[in-house]
Amino acid sequence: MANIKEEIKKRILILDGAMGTMLQAYKFTEKHFRGHRFKDYPTPLQGNNDLLSITQPEAIKTIHAKYYEAGADIVETNTFSSTTIAMADYQMEALVYELNYQSAKLAKEVAKEFTAREPHKPRFVAGAIGPTNKTASMSPDVNDPGFRAVTFNELRLAYKQQVEALIDGGVDLLLIETVFDTLNAKAALFAIDEVKDNRNFDIPVMLSGTITDASGRTLSGQTAEAFLISVSHIDLLSVGFNCALGANLLQPHLQAIADKTNFAISAYPNAGLPNAFGEYDETPQEMGEQIEEYLKKDLINIIGGCCGTNPEHIKVISQLAAKYKPRAIGVNSKN
Amino acid sequence: MKIKQTKYMKLSGLEPLILNENSNFINVGERTNVAGSKKFLRLIKEEKFDEALDIARNQVDGGAQIIDINFDDGLLDGKKAMVRFLNLIAAEPDICRVPIMIDSSKWEIIEAGLQVVQGKCVVNSISLKEGEEKFINEAKQIRRYGAAVIVMAFDEVGQADNYERRIEISTRSYDILVNKVGFPAEDIIFDLNIFPVATGMDEHKKNAIDFIEATRWVRANLPNVSVSGGVSNISFSFRGNNGVREAMHSVFLYHAVQAGMNMGIVNPTMLEVYDDIPKDLLEHVEDVILNRRDDATERLLDFAETVKGSKVAKTADLTWREGSLQDRITHALVKGLDTFIVEDVEAARQESTAPIEVIEGHLMIGMNVVGDLFGAGKMFLPQVVKSARVMKKAVAYLNPFIEAEKGDKQEAAGKILMATVKGDVHDIGKNIVSVVLACNNYEIVDLGVMVAPEKIIKTAVDEKVDIIGLSGLITPSLDEMEYLAKEMERHNFKIPLLIGGATTSKAHTAVKIDTQYKNAVVHVNDASRAVTVVGDLLNKKTNKDYVSTMKHDYDVFRNKFLKRGKEKSYISIDLARERKYKIDWEASQIIKPNQLGVQVLEQLSLKKLLPFIDWSPFFRSWDLHGKFPEILTDTVVGEQASIMYEEAQVMIKHIIAKQLLKPKAVFGLFEANSINEDDISVKEKGREITIFRTLRQQLKKREGIPNIALADFVAPQKSGKTDYMGAFCVAIFGAQELADSYKNIEDDYNAIMAQAIADRFAEALAEYLHKQIRVSHWGYDAQENLTNDDLIKENYKGIRPAPGYPACPDHLEKETIWDLLKVEKRIGVTLTESLAMWPAAAVSGYYFANKEAKYFGLGKITDDQLTDYAKRKGISKDKAQKWLHPNLAQS
Repeated sequence: MANIKEEIKKRILILDGAMGTMLQAYKFTEKHFRGHRFKDYPTPLQGNNDLLSITQPEAIKTIHAKYYEAGADIVETNTFSSTTIAMADYQMEALVYELNYQSAKLAKEVAKEFTAREPHKPRFVAGAIGPTNKTASMSPDVNDPGFRAVTFNELRLAYKQQVEALIDGGVDLLLIETVFDTLNAKAALFAIDEVKDNRNFDIPVMLSGTITDASGRTLSGQTAEAFLISVSHIDLLSVGFNCALGANLLQPHLQAIADKTNFAISAYPNAGLPNAFGEYDETPQEMGEQIEEYLKKDLINIIGGCCGTNPEHIKVISQLAAKYKPRAIGVNSKN
Repeated sequence: MKIKQTKYMKLSGLEPLILNENSNFINVGERTNVAGSKKFLRLIKEEKFDEALDIARNQVDGGAQIIDINFDDGLLDGKKAMVRFLNLIAAEPDICRVPIMIDSSKWEIIEAGLQVVQGKCVVNSISLKEGEEKFINEAKQIRRYGAAVIVMAFDEVGQADNYERRIEISTRSYDILVNKVGFPAEDIIFDLNIFPVATGMDEHKKNAIDFIEATRWVRANLPNVSVSGGVSNISFSFRGNNGVREAMHSVFLYHAVQAGMNMGIVNPTMLEVYDDIPKDLLEHVEDVILNRRDDATERLLDFAETVKGSKVAKTADLTWREGSLQDRITHALVKGLDTFIVEDVEAARQESTAPIEVIEGHLMIGMNVVGDLFGAGKMFLPQVVKSARVMKKAVAYLNPFIEAEKGDKQEAAGKILMATVKGDVHDIGKNIVSVVLACNNYEIVDLGVMVAPEKIIKTAVDEKVDIIGLSGLITPSLDEMEYLAKEMERHNFKIPLLIGGATTSKAHTAVKIDTQYKNAVVHVNDASRAVTVVGDLLNKKTNKDYVSTMKHDYDVFRNKFLKRGKEKSYISIDLARERKYKIDWEASQIIKPNQLGVQVLEQLSLKKLLPFIDWSPFFRSWDLHGKFPEILTDTVVGEQASIMYEEAQVMIKHIIAKQLLKPKAVFGLFEANSINEDDISVKEKGREITIFRTLRQQLKKREGIPNIALADFVAPQKSGKTDYMGAFCVAIFGAQELADSYKNIEDDYNAIMAQAIADRFAEALAEYLHKQIRVSHWGYDAQENLTNDDLIKENYKGIRPAPGYPACPDHLEKETIWDLLKVEKRIGVTLTESLAMWPAAAVSGYYFANKEAKYFGLGKITDDQLTDYAKRKGISKDKAQKWLHPNLAQS
């Protein structure tokens, strides 16, 4: 079994692109989302993309395969919202274990096919752990800044359940992503550490924050460096940023952390900023040019795409990345 | 014994807080602790959280770098209060920008706190009091929550109250945390228990000295940890006598910090400045703190009777306050004293019919005195800048009154646009000239640094300025100035152009700039001349004559200069190569560096750099000429130089205490051989990784005198010997922010001072690093023992020439260094389009170690070398010409 900790020293690893963007092309209706199994489910299910791992597994596998074909080393499981907290919207809390387990299994099957075909380029599956739709260090109620819609313990338990199911399903690593509130991420790290301890088992963890506006801070107000310090107590495979801004605007934030950490650096930006219709229209070439700037600046160990990216983008990115050496990991040991 | 530290604690609120050797003491705010503040306890009990938040905010505003929060009180639900208060703090960015210290003796309260804070906190505290198992469990949880921890010197037996017990408990705690739990040592802070002294009990006599010595032991023997404590305990027995308490706190801290205490709870209003403690009180207090005599306590008690109350007001000579209003205002301006200026200006305003009259009358009369004294050489530049500070404060006070009356603003004598040209970042000189001109009633439009020519032209038109002043320090800026003169001609400008800055010269101005523009071009290189020149240029009666005299003068100068240029003769590059500097490589000693490859130094201490500062250029930047330290006793400028030197020391102290400047350095040592005579092939394990291109002197010299290139100092490939060379970049970050913080409060004097100090630190860092290279990293001169004076005189072995300077004037070579060392990525120093370094306080260059290597000036080169150089470097001849033209001989 190939080890990602070894692969990451050899080359820049490619992460996949958007899942949602690819699913849109299928134009699935409520009926497709429900499949046979949930045809009488009491709540509307259209939009519950994570559920498609159960009701439309072939579509999910095809998308994973397309990303691997485009050159991705790592695909993310279709589990961004597969926690009891996020699934509450669909009254599907009870299904959380199965959602994560199935998604992990699907992705792993595809990964195995590709690894068998191209043993020199082993493929990996990252269990995607989203931020949930609640925030632990901000109040949703403007009149009561001390109120919290979710507690650390609720998050910790939800994440623990998700992590156990992803590991049971066979993921190679975990990816805590789109972190807009560092406290949520700390709850996920806490849960992972507990699971590792209980099972006496180790699994690499990637962590990726998101910087939402030009002030250069996370939604919960931290600077990039403060964010880095707040999550560096657990041994991470990589730390970085994704989503929110296009590649250009993300670069200064990557630079702000790259020389302050011994962890690998990851980035998977959106395909630019959304246009007036909320669509991402940056072409693979346009995005590639900006990504190449990261590579030239020697900032990157793991690179991929977020909202609006498709296999074409990943193909261009993967071809570019092949031309560059990965950023040396652990050179900032003085820090 | 030395402090052992290779890793440093990092904490975070919304912003990072990183301890390093520059942060000699982290101050923890204590007012949000119900045990320490009755007011805070009352507010929490009454659920007045808004007011409680104000206390937290005041702490942060007052300089607390961490805030300690504690709700341990029998009548409070501590857990609920902790969660509520921390949640509220999370919504206040001006408070939660600093890290939180969660303080409780109950684990459930600590854990509840850890669950609501996103940043990296400090837990205060855990200990072995209830045994190892609980201690280990809590430490594990704290680690999982991602916090640092304070460990109390307390075990199953009790609290450590002497030197040995402190060491015993901290050693045991350290061993368990680091070796059993895997807790990072840099996240451990020991609280070694500060107990009162001078209680009258014999067993308390050693309380302070035991803490101090235990601190010294812990920092020397338990690597990477911090030591903290609550300082006010020490003076508990002198409650009611704040004078003595303040002195005790500062004496205790003075010694404890030296021993390695790097964090603590101190009330900043209860602290005297160590140097300001009266000698007799200091002696009595030190006797007690350091337990120097048996009767120390009695003696201090007796003495304390005479020291009631806090801080004796220092009396200044205020006799000048008895003079007339105009005299007082003039005195304040001349002496640069701003204490009473608002009061005096207000009095003047009451006497006047319109507020504008105060500016045009009282203040201008005062400033004219300043101008006269300056003109007569009786005041110096730094004093004038201080006068300007007072003037600005006075005008700022008057402006609202003037606007309220909708009266006319004071008419300026002229409007002057000032800019550092595109690609250049240096602006100390420009700022000084701006301030001096502003003092003389000129309105300044300062466009800052790196200003594009289009913007200068547009602003000059839009603002209808009367003069444009350009500044630049690096050679490419000369081209920019030339270009701007052309543009001014093209746009039919009539206004004068002033040229200044370190690389500019009368010769260059006359030859290259004056010829581009039909109107006045004047080279002005010092601030005092700027006033006269501007006055002459704007004097409507005489300026025509002045300008034509100026033009004529430049014409004559130019012709002389060009003729002189042609008298020199040059030899061909081929011949110059034959006459290269020859080193006998068979005999010459080559020393292999101890460490090859690239290294980054981030945890550098400003303090360590102090001995390496060369002060002479500092005074030069203020137009005070002379060598340091003789300049301090110079009969003409000595007094002023001493004042400046003192003020620089105060600012340096402040900078070090607050970590306002951050030094960074990157360097690399590599295998190297010279190839093709003038190139240096840089290698890694025998494989070429880059090539440095050097330039060779071509001036025809006497027989036997070599035509040198830097490549001559490295063994040639064909010698078969592996030689070595190095490259480096050092920089001081934060100067701009610091200068801006002063500018924002209208304090140009300190803004310029801050930049000048940052420049000194950058040079000192280059000197320091070079020494480290010589004695350690390369180690070719491990026995070296040179004084700072020797260093300034360059008495060391080997050289560190910098691209853009005489030995290697090609700025383009910086790009090679940047690529080789990944300078931008590693330490964040960037290059502008003119290849100036940003931040401006930066130095980069090469290292050559051969004992025959020496500094030289390239001088002029001829077309054959230019053509060859462009070819070798793989750039167009045009490009090479552009970058090297100050070094091209006239043909």
